[in-house]
Amino acid sequence: MDFDKELDARGLSCPLPILKTKIALNGMTSGQVLKVVSTDAGSVKDMEAFANQTGNPLLSSGQENKEFVFHIRKK
Amino acid sequence: MDTHVETTTGIAAGEALDRAISERIDALLERRLEAKLAEIEAARTPSMTIIATKGTLDWAYPPFILASTGAALGWDVSVFFTFYGLELLKKDLSKLKVSPLGNPAMPMKMPMGPAWFKSIQWNIPNAVQSIIPAYEHFATKMMKKTIRNQGVAPIADLRAMCLEAGVKLIACQMTVDLFGYRHNQFIPEVKDFVGAASFLPIAKDADVSLFI
Repeated sequence: MDFDKELDARGLSCPLPILKTKIALNGMTSGQVLKVVSTDAGSVKDMEAFANQTGNPLLSSGQENKEFVFHIRKK
Repeated sequence: MDTHVETTTGIAAGEALDRAISERIDALLERRLEAKLAEIEAARTPSMTIIATKGTLDWAYPPFILASTGAALGWDVSVFFTFYGLELLKKDLSKLKVSPLGNPAMPMKMPMGPAWFKSIQWNIPNAVQSIIPAYEHFATKMMKKTIRNQGVAPIADLRAMCLEAGVKLIACQMTVDLFGYRHNQFIPEVKDFVGAASFLPIAKDADVSLFI
């Protein structure tokens, strides 16, 4: 999937992947896609909740090896 | 006689019409009200207030984690620091400590070495803990190492993120007086030094209110 910006949240624990995602989205324009890579298993559910709460659509959520990859579009 | 019948029919028709109009209005109103309420709910910013009362390294985490996450979700967040919670507003957070003594649920594990070693639960009796010199200092060092190893943010970083995200940090003036603190010991970002009477009205309107 295409993306405009990538956030490396590997090795970070709750709530840092969400906080860094929020900060990264702040610096983007509406419609742009952010790719987030994390190693925190808890971030799978949390990213979904974050997207629902903030209205930034979560385009994909998947696992590659031991990493979790998300694509989120800035609303 | 005829006139009387006509009048009765007229009244009955009028009543039926009134009923129909009233039912129609009720139905319309209900639908409009639902749409309006959904609109208001969608436009409203959720809010959260937290009361932070503990000043140890372990208890410093919950208020800052919840506050920063709430702010990331777009919520309006205020944290009221009272009693030992005021320690969390000091300029220098490196003095925060954790004590395993009298903290029976705290797991005592080593942050270094092979997995089998790290998984050992060290049950050290309180009586022993209390006589080992600098035991608290040692436990604090171990916990800080564990925090770093796990990729958990240091408290100072979480607090900075809270501030960056617009979390309002409020201090209890009564505690400042009680324990003889000075305002210049605290970070300048502290929004206000107030009492319970100023904080409670904010909490009253909050969707989520937590005591930590």
